[in-house]
Amino acid sequence: MTPVKSKLGLSKAKIAEARDLAADITAPVQEYIDAHTTVTVERATLRLLGADGANPDGVPVPNLVAAHCGDKLAGGAASFYLNALVKLSLTPAELNKKIEQGLNITEIPFTDTKRVQKKAEELIKGLDARIAGNVAHRNARLKACKDKVKSPQIYVIVATGNIYEDVKQAQAAALQGADIIAVIRTTGQSLLDYVPYGATTEGFGGTYATQENFRIMRKALDETGEKEGRYIKLVNYCSGLCMPEIAAMGALERLDMMLNDSMYGILFRDINMYRTFTDQFFSRMINTAADIIINTGEDNYLTTSDAVEKAHTVLASQFLNEKFAANSGMPNRLMGLGHAFEINPDLKNGFLYEYAQALMAREIFPEHPLKYMPPTKFMTGDIFKGLAMNTLFNFVSKATGQGIHLLGMLTEAIHTPYLQDRHLAIANALYVHNTMEGFMDEIEFKKDGLMARRARQVLDETSQFLAEVKEHGLFKAIETGMFAEIKRPRDGGKGLDGVYEKSAGYYNPVETYLKKKLKVGK
Amino acid sequence: MFIKPYGDTSDDGAVQLSFTLPVKHCGRAKEAARLYVQKLGFKKAEIVHAEALSEDFTFFVAYGKTDISLDYDKVEYAEAVDKYMSMDEVNDFIKTHFKRKLVIVGACTGTDAHTVGIDAIMNMKGYNHHYGLERYPMIEAFNLGSQVPNEKLLEYAKKVKADAVLVSQIVTQKDVHIKNLTELIELAEAEKVRGKMLLVMGGPRVNNKLAKELGYDAGFGAGTYADHVATFVAKKLYERMTSRK
Repeated sequence: MTPVKSKLGLSKAKIAEARDLAADITAPVQEYIDAHTTVTVERATLRLLGADGANPDGVPVPNLVAAHCGDKLAGGAASFYLNALVKLSLTPAELNKKIEQGLNITEIPFTDTKRVQKKAEELIKGLDARIAGNVAHRNARLKACKDKVKSPQIYVIVATGNIYEDVKQAQAAALQGADIIAVIRTTGQSLLDYVPYGATTEGFGGTYATQENFRIMRKALDETGEKEGRYIKLVNYCSGLCMPEIAAMGALERLDMMLNDSMYGILFRDINMYRTFTDQFFSRMINTAADIIINTGEDNYLTTSDAVEKAHTVLASQFLNEKFAANSGMPNRLMGLGHAFEINPDLKNGFLYEYAQALMAREIFPEHPLKYMPPTKFMTGDIFKGLAMNTLFNFVSKATGQGIHLLGMLTEAIHTPYLQDRHLAIANALYVHNTMEGFMDEIEFKKDGLMARRARQVLDETSQFLAEVKEHGLFKAIETGMFAEIKRPRDGGKGLDGVYEKSAGYYNPVETYLKKKLKVGK
Repeated sequence: MFIKPYGDTSDDGAVQLSFTLPVKHCGRAKEAARLYVQKLGFKKAEIVHAEALSEDFTFFVAYGKTDISLDYDKVEYAEAVDKYMSMDEVNDFIKTHFKRKLVIVGACTGTDAHTVGIDAIMNMKGYNHHYGLERYPMIEAFNLGSQVPNEKLLEYAKKVKADAVLVSQIVTQKDVHIKNLTELIELAEAEKVRGKMLLVMGGPRVNNKLAKELGYDAGFGAGTYADHVATFVAKKLYERMTSRK
């Protein structure tokens, strides 16, 4: 993504002011994060050390270990797993089997610390090699087909509920020209405090995110990519109560993007705020280590609030997501900050507001692969009107150089996309992208025209809003409904019982490895 | 009165179709698509567009003409309400006839996480210039949000002495919404609250007819605004109150 010359005349000082406010807002939250761990952070750690599988009741091995640890999680779960490997002289696969059969590894007496640390070093070396291998493979493939990489990249979803049906639809979409395939998760997975195990064929409005499903889809997309001489990117959802574990699975199975927002779970899934903030940090370190692009969820603000009145909350959230991601060592090129085309189509000049908002995001975040979301709220069932709206959306996306372009479906608000719906969407996007290839370079805007004024207004409102949030503190701001008009008490929501203050002797070799690799912390 | 679709002349029976067949794109596939449209009952069928979606699938756009007509007079359908009131009229109506606020609890139930429907009806801001129920001075509205278990919804409704419960269902894949909506009715019966509070369902794939079949007092589909729901609730409660006297 090359930086663009400002066409909206946005003040650099004002942008810097908003960034400073975001830094001030996130600083105290980061202090909290650094002093805490969660049950899913510990399970993700175990997964990255090799814990996998599930017992006959379907309880995953990382959950079995975490349950055995109980409050000892405050000291970290890794030492128990490493100790068991050393004491029993087993490979992770062998130990996993024993845990599946009922072994409680927290009851095994501790061997000397040096042997545990040596085991950790050995496993971390393997982990690092696997992740580096995935990154190298992806980069080599992308380099080999770089003349076929589109701008913006075309992103579509599959959502059949059955991983094998998902494969058919994903391969068809990739053949038609999609660059990025997201496998939508089944409704409700975000609230499960475990990650199901194995391939799945039952889901509603989506398919379970499991490591096996990741592998199945990765293999299918690699096949299609090979055939087409392209690299097809795979996306899943690093959100909900198992955010870091999904990140771990994605890093191991070479996913390319993850939906991953610092506040989405709190606001839209009623997950406890302490839990989410702690989880997003660890998950973002994993994503960064694996060179996985995150997609943040600002589009959601506009489904509950008005896209014109609350445009500044989108920009404010983008600044906060940017800062939280930077705190976890993430470079700008991996931050797919979200926004959406959700203004009421009946509004006079609505298109100009959309255009201004998208261009403003591009200019404020020049290195970031922005994730642009299509109209959903005002899609009705009139598929013909829907197609027209999607065409205008495609226009703005191309005209403002968005990075990740999630295609709108003409049947949005009716059903999960049919095979032909995706085809029509891709054909529409390819048409628009091609016919206006050079448009962005050609066009400039009136210095004090409607669009420039609108962008300035949104930036001003954003700074005012962030200043207010800073005054209250982020926790209080969320409690009082300053974001998305949704109130979430700090001790409410799901998952608070899985948050632990790190004890004095907290031991987590994966965290140490990630922080060192990404140069995070002091 | 017998009716048929109108394309460009009366009773020409012209219908537009688009669909995908699981075959490779070729002349034979196109002919198969034409025959298929004929088999659906269209006398004249024409494939105007055919395109490969992948090696194994082809997409078709077709036009057909049909002889089949329908007696419009025999079609039965009851709207939830004949005539809708505006927000102000609803408020006046409640003030005059109830002399207290009506309590309405809403939620998106089961595993459904899509609050766009219930938010459009309940949130202060509303949708498309129709204010939501939270804005109605004479309505006390509680929006419980998404993924609310049916038990929790009823428990809450009892706690706040709800006059009406609104259930939103957006995800309809494999008819998951029917199962969920039926479960709520069964629970309401088991807890003997059915009849004490109105049960109203909403969502893009539901309507008043389906609602009645499942045992709900009303169902609202796409294009519904808060004033529609508010009118129904106020009028229906008034009807119940007066018929009891």
